Amino acid sequence: MDKKQISCECGHVNPYGTQICESCGKPLHEDDSKKLLNMRYEGSARRSQTYKKTPIDKVWNFFSSVKVGIWIIILLLVASAIGTIFPQEMYIPPQADPTEYYKEQYGFLGQLYYQLGFHNLYGSWWFMLLIAALGLSLIIASLDRFVPLYRSLKKQRVTRHESFMKRQRIFGVTSGVNEDKAIDKAKEAIKKKGYNVREEDGNLLAEKNRFSRWGPYVNHVGLIIFLIGGMLRFFPGMYLDEVMWLREGQTEAIPGTEGSYYLKNEDFILEMYDENDEQFKEAMERVNKVIPKNYQTDAVLYKQKGERVAGQDPELEKVKKYPIQVNKPLKIDGLGVYQVDYKLNELQAMTFKLENKDSGKTFGEMTVDLYNPKEVYELKDGYRVEVMNYFPDFEFNDKDEPTTKSKIPNNPAFIFKMFSPEHPDGEVAFVAIRQNLEPLGENEYKMSFQNVETKDVSGLVVKKDNTLWILAFGGAIFMIGVVMGMYWNHRRIWIRRMDNEIWMAGHANKNWHGLKRELQTITEASGLNMPEDQADEDEKKS
Amino acid sequence: MKKNRLVIRTVILAVVVIAVGYTFYANFFASDSGVIEEGDTAPNFILTDLKGNEVELEDYRGQGVFLNFWATYCEPCKEEMPAMDKVYQKYKDQGIEILAVNVTEPRLTAKTFVDRYNLSFPILLDKGNDVTNHYGVGLIPATFLINKDGEVVKKIVEGSLSEEKIENYMELIKP
Repeated sequence: MDKKQISCECGHVNPYGTQICESCGKPLHEDDSKKLLNMRYEGSARRSQTYKKTPIDKVWNFFSSVKVGIWIIILLLVASAIGTIFPQEMYIPPQADPTEYYKEQYGFLGQLYYQLGFHNLYGSWWFMLLIAALGLSLIIASLDRFVPLYRSLKKQRVTRHESFMKRQRIFGVTSGVNEDKAIDKAKEAIKKKGYNVREEDGNLLAEKNRFSRWGPYVNHVGLIIFLIGGMLRFFPGMYLDEVMWLREGQTEAIPGTEGSYYLKNEDFILEMYDENDEQFKEAMERVNKVIPKNYQTDAVLYKQKGERVAGQDPELEKVKKYPIQVNKPLKIDGLGVYQVDYKLNELQAMTFKLENKDSGKTFGEMTVDLYNPKEVYELKDGYRVEVMNYFPDFEFNDKDEPTTKSKIPNNPAFIFKMFSPEHPDGEVAFVAIRQNLEPLGENEYKMSFQNVETKDVSGLVVKKDNTLWILAFGGAIFMIGVVMGMYWNHRRIWIRRMDNEIWMAGHANKNWHGLKRELQTITEASGLNMPEDQADEDEKKS
Repeated sequence: MKKNRLVIRTVILAVVVIAVGYTFYANFFASDSGVIEEGDTAPNFILTDLKGNEVELEDYRGQGVFLNFWATYCEPCKEEMPAMDKVYQKYKDQGIEILAVNVTEPRLTAKTFVDRYNLSFPILLDKGNDVTNHYGVGLIPATFLINKDGEVVKKIVEGSLSEEKIENYMELIKP
């Protein structure tokens, strides 16, 4: 036997640190013997508090403390609250540089906020570390309490030590009755209340709903599963959330499919409710707005065949046509492609005519694809136009040079060189939207703008979340644990013969009122005295 | 019994530490999956240059490759291109090639830019952003230094490079 273990007079050997003998219930630390017993965890030895030895045990003991657990929760709450003071990174303007933005907008505090990682709270290393600490605390604190509690409830004997009985909150003595008869009647009444009754030497232990004691631990298991689910999002292949913009006519690789699937946008459709529709007319007049009815991308899904080196044109095989609508995603291999956004009428091509300024006579028409203009456009009769320069998103930079802000044709501008029989060396014109400049002197010809061709752009999101079922499962277990602990409570009644008396004690982990009501019925049926609530008496005395 | 307990505690702590450690690793050190890092083999690609010729990276095995990603709307790219060209004149006969991948701009835009700055190294057009994505390039200019064995020696994302710096980098990959 280990020196540190405690042997009780009943012969049972308890682990070091035990407060109340697991078997007979005798208090093992004699102190004020009149005080009510502290029944938390059945007076079992919380494993952490028993010995401190290796560093592993020290770490274990630290996380075993409920106080530490509560502090972790408080820190998480405070951090989350602070994280709402300034906007999170994903909500600041997309073109803003966060290193500058927080300082500019919110001064020194903003800078501090950014530097401490509050701008991306859930992604900051210390927040993740706190969550990890919470998980560890949940595992260790639960294990350290569950195991000893389980052990002492399993090992509890029917006959309980006198001082255990006396020091229960509910305790009473009956004398001068026929003991066998009274106990038999009590047993019957107790059974009617749904208790399990165990007998030993004519003494009784009645118990019900022990499972409700496991509620908190089941609940913690649910939380840990939930945390594991959250953690799995960071594992490859488990979670994906990527934006994909597709112009009409454009075909692109679907993110997250490693280039094995491509999607083509054949047409984007935005439908509105008919303003003259009898059914909806009134409602629309009331809000004075047109109401969208449908956002839809007519998509074609392709599969890439065979090996392919990056940059090479893919070899595509059509899989299917599918209209992607809001809440009707295209599903491929566990991925969903959802309709989330759109831009209407983005510039795609511009059409010009070469025109003689004086006569107004035109010499052919040319259409310039704004995503891929040609260098030379041959017109009839020896007329031709060269594109000397093209700026898809035109602006003047700080050196006053013409330049482009991006590759998207938001504000296309061209420098054309127009060749005609009269001007074999060409005339230079700068053409932008509603602008026609002649930088090298007056020209005889001009590019006259005819029309634009526009295309809609569809905003899609590619999503995958393989952790959802784990989160749902963890959440369900969590709720089961809550319900177990909330709607049931663990009740025990001890009845013991002592010389010519019958002692009766009761314990409930909560809802003492319920236990007392049951005892009322039991004592009435058996002729035993109704035990007193010693906690009430203590109150009266003080 | 007590030994058992220590083993169980050690195992539980180890499992938690490994799981959290991996999550941290995945989140903070390998967050952009597929990003090419120093020491990796440079993924092969085939792109067309301004003249319409196909250029394959693997054909340059045995030479150092200065692989640069750029666009005309990127000011620091504009600044470093002439410096790159100067250094190129010096090193092109020493087994080094500069491949400048234009990030999804129209051919014409890239070509007029190249003509204006008189650049002599090959300019490759990455139409669908495919190679750019493959290399995990987010910010431009970005440069990968690839040695004669096709290994990425260094990845540089720091804005415009000076002539002196480019020369130092060339020395790194000179075969």
